[in-house]
Amino acid sequence: MSHDKKFNTGEEHLIYMANQIATFFTSQPGNHAAKGVADHINSFWEPRMRRHLFEIIERGGQGLSPLVLEAAESIRRPKAA
Amino acid sequence: MCGTENRFVEEIDYGTPAARSDKTVTLTIDGRSVTVPEGTSIMRAAREAGVVVPKLCANDMVKSFGSCRLCLVEIEGRNGTPASCTTPAADGISVSTGTERLQSIRRGVMELYMSDHPADCAACAAGDCEMAHMAETVGLSGNRYGMEGANHLAPSVDDHGINFKELDVSNPYFAYDPAKCIVCSLCVRACEEQQGTFALTVEGRGFESRITAGMDEPFLQSECVSCGACVQACPTGALQEKSVIEMGMPDHSEITTCAYCGVGCSFKAEMKGEEVVRMVPYKDGKANRGHSCVKGRFAYGYATHKDRILNPMIREKISDPWREVTWEEAYSHVASEFRRIQHQYGRGAVGGITSSRCTNEETYLVQKLVRQGFGNNNVDTCARVCHSPTGYGLKTTFGTSAGTQDFDSVEQTDVVLVIGANPTDGHPVFASRLKKRLREGAKLIVIDPRRIDLVRTPHVEASYHLPLRPGTNVAVLTALAHVIVSEGLFDEAFIRERCDWDEFQDWASFVLQPENSPEAVEKASGVSAELIRGAARLYATGGNGAIYYGLGVTEHSQGSTTVMAIANLAMATGNLGRPGVGVNPLRGQNNVQGACDMGSFPHEMPGYRHISEDATRAIYESLWGVKLDNEPGLRIPNMLDAAVEGSFKALYVQGEDILQSDPNTHHVAAGLEAMECVVVHDLFLNETANYAHVFLPGSTFLEKDGTFTNAERRINRVRKVMAPKNGYADWEVTQEMARAMGQDWTYAHPSEIMDEIAATTPSFAGVTYDLLEREGSVQWPCNEKAPTGTPVMHIGGFVRGKGKFVRTAYVATDEKVGPRFPLLLTTGRILSQYNVGAQTRRTDNVLWHDEDLLEIHPFDAENRGIRDRDWVKLKSRSGETSLRARITERVAPGVVYTTFHHPATQANVVTTEYSDWATNCPEYKVTAVEVSPSNGPTEWQEDYDAHAKKSRRIVHVEAAE
Repeated sequence: MSHDKKFNTGEEHLIYMANQIATFFTSQPGNHAAKGVADHINSFWEPRMRRHLFEIIERGGQGLSPLVLEAAESIRRPKAA
Repeated sequence: MCGTENRFVEEIDYGTPAARSDKTVTLTIDGRSVTVPEGTSIMRAAREAGVVVPKLCANDMVKSFGSCRLCLVEIEGRNGTPASCTTPAADGISVSTGTERLQSIRRGVMELYMSDHPADCAACAAGDCEMAHMAETVGLSGNRYGMEGANHLAPSVDDHGINFKELDVSNPYFAYDPAKCIVCSLCVRACEEQQGTFALTVEGRGFESRITAGMDEPFLQSECVSCGACVQACPTGALQEKSVIEMGMPDHSEITTCAYCGVGCSFKAEMKGEEVVRMVPYKDGKANRGHSCVKGRFAYGYATHKDRILNPMIREKISDPWREVTWEEAYSHVASEFRRIQHQYGRGAVGGITSSRCTNEETYLVQKLVRQGFGNNNVDTCARVCHSPTGYGLKTTFGTSAGTQDFDSVEQTDVVLVIGANPTDGHPVFASRLKKRLREGAKLIVIDPRRIDLVRTPHVEASYHLPLRPGTNVAVLTALAHVIVSEGLFDEAFIRERCDWDEFQDWASFVLQPENSPEAVEKASGVSAELIRGAARLYATGGNGAIYYGLGVTEHSQGSTTVMAIANLAMATGNLGRPGVGVNPLRGQNNVQGACDMGSFPHEMPGYRHISEDATRAIYESLWGVKLDNEPGLRIPNMLDAAVEGSFKALYVQGEDILQSDPNTHHVAAGLEAMECVVVHDLFLNETANYAHVFLPGSTFLEKDGTFTNAERRINRVRKVMAPKNGYADWEVTQEMARAMGQDWTYAHPSEIMDEIAATTPSFAGVTYDLLEREGSVQWPCNEKAPTGTPVMHIGGFVRGKGKFVRTAYVATDEKVGPRFPLLLTTGRILSQYNVGAQTRRTDNVLWHDEDLLEIHPFDAENRGIRDRDWVKLKSRSGETSLRARITERVAPGVVYTTFHHPATQANVVTTEYSDWATNCPEYKVTAVEVSPSNGPTEWQEDYDAHAKKSRRIVHVEAAE
């Protein structure tokens, strides 16, 4: 099909979802935005999604919002698959 | 415990509705003293005292009218013989109901009625005609007038045919035979008072008076919505279910719960042997109070439809035809495939999807199978694509993932705010209760892109309709909050007592920011600032304010934020914690609430306890004898992503059609195609089954015991009234699968599953089948603190402690209109059809809606050269489909709308992969599209149809029983 897809890869989708979460927590008061993002991802993201996120970050984190990168240190690293 | 012996459920008809008064009066009726609330009719007082007064034109669902003149009584010291239905009970009076004088009058009245009643009335013969019963009760023997002279029984030249009306069989479910009608107007009143449609009227005068539908049209062509209230009310058999005419009267019945929408109506399933004769709404049902809609009342025929698959089937590849196998073969095939896949690709390569249509007990077992048997948390449910933002939003703000009220609460509401819901179509029985309250004077605010029926319908008109552009809910709700805070309309005492005051102040300063003012929001939302201000003032100051919302709130990229914005409004105005107020999500499916409660989400155990909580896992680990994974599992969209990426290979889907109901069909199909073992457990070969390797036949709600939990947290019993046509209830199938995978499950009855739920889940601790038998139903939390359940939540304080105000910054969706896709598509449901239509399309409901139509504004249609009923192509960035257009001003210019009931249309081919930031609930309600004239179905639709036909081939073998 010749459709211009929003997300050509799962990776693009993952980056988009992480940034959406960051956008919400950016709007919240105080200095807890990074913690908010990390807590949310820890609570709702299955390990392979988090693992994929870390892979993106380790490659330089291109496309990820700065808040996601800041949150990364509080995101739980999944056990090796 | 759950009676296997046949019984017939009888309900007492008190004749007139209960009166509400703190004062009481005491009177004597036939020598019996009785005390009743002031305003009670003598008829009702008599029934309460055990005295049955003869009647035809009264029942306790509608106001009395005094037409039939059978219920006459004598009152000591008063003249005449007043009708007991319209005469209020008074202190100290003495009433006689059976004097010789009264009996003589009644015999005279009945004699006149019977002289114009068909002698061959089938309903009389069947025992379903009150006329015959009354004739007997008053002792009528014979008819001195004969059947000659003017009558309504047959065409006559003398009266120019005025008096006779033809039998009307246009409605597929009931017939109207005017010859049997005595024009008592019960049906007219039921249509007005119970249903609120006003489709029926009395036409003509005196002897020429006839009941007619619409403008003297056949029922089907009139505005009648086929709710069945008139049929139920009719005392003469003039309005009667066709099923009763065909099958005769039922001989036993059982109380059960409808399996369509989240209202969860109680019905009496009236049976003859193993066949349903009719479904009659149950007056003691606390969700519906004796009312019904066309789906629950009549659209149960799918249960016996020829398309139902009754034998398990297997195939190697999805391009192969299906091969029928024994249950044992199916179970062992699934077990070995899942084992192989987990061995080959890892423990996390398999998962399950629980159904919001199945019972709590069945849902609980599927998540147990995933957690205990598969050893992971890859379990999700269709609530993912509808109300998952409700779960997140209400848990964050209030502390619990559920609506705050019962449906009775609407009777005490003064201002109703409906946002992103279309109750008259989606939740019709609640809509009838809501309309009743609106006719009593409550005010209505509607926030919806479409001019839904509620905006203006007979005797109901919204004070405000905010026709916002799809995707701007958060902006508009925050602007409402701006008005409430800036004009000082918030309830400071409530907030200081119940909420975190600092958080409120932060939130207040946020909503006061200039970008949240109605004037600023006007541009993005298309709603005038004046309307926003008016609506905000009315909600904040109009008395008890209640918010009802649906999927127009949740199915957005800011769905969870919108739910929190709603919660903020309710807290700021003190509209929580008592009857008449609250935040009320209208749940889509019958058991969405229950499926969420039962631990269907990949991050939560039953009762909304996070999987990372050690104490919670410990409860189940000790009971189930396994170590549970403490990591959240994959949600449905994540499963599909993982499948496409190759790490997710097998899925057990119970009672859900993800291919048709989930967004971006191409992506769903790609995910399913990438899997090695898809097990579909359903009634029919649904669209998802086109991609399945194993098909396990499912059972209907009529074929099993269990419970459903409706939108008001009410746990209602589902009772088995017939043996499963496929042989096994769904919980039995899941149990056998688990056993094939080595689990030691030995549930003999769903009540034992509920016992396990209660033993492990604090909010269900008090729930047992015995309790449900005694109480009829209970609303959770049901435990030591609330032994018979909790109708209204957060009384005196919030579940989480202090109510939490959350900033709700508006973020425009990335699904934007532009030159190529200039229109916004939004989607919804229609009254006669239900979701993907698997059930309702297999009933006569298709007479009302046999295809999905695209609603488009005349301006947009004209620009594109589109005429009404033309085929049009609907194209988005994700895909394209074709359907016919309906030109209407219900949608604003720039907005188009369609339903998603028919697989031929596949509206989800065009919806996108954007989703709610917090829960991944898809953004169904906003898709940028272009609409253009077309010649018919697209190539893709034709290909899909061919593919579907091919993948449904079955090679039949002799059943090896």
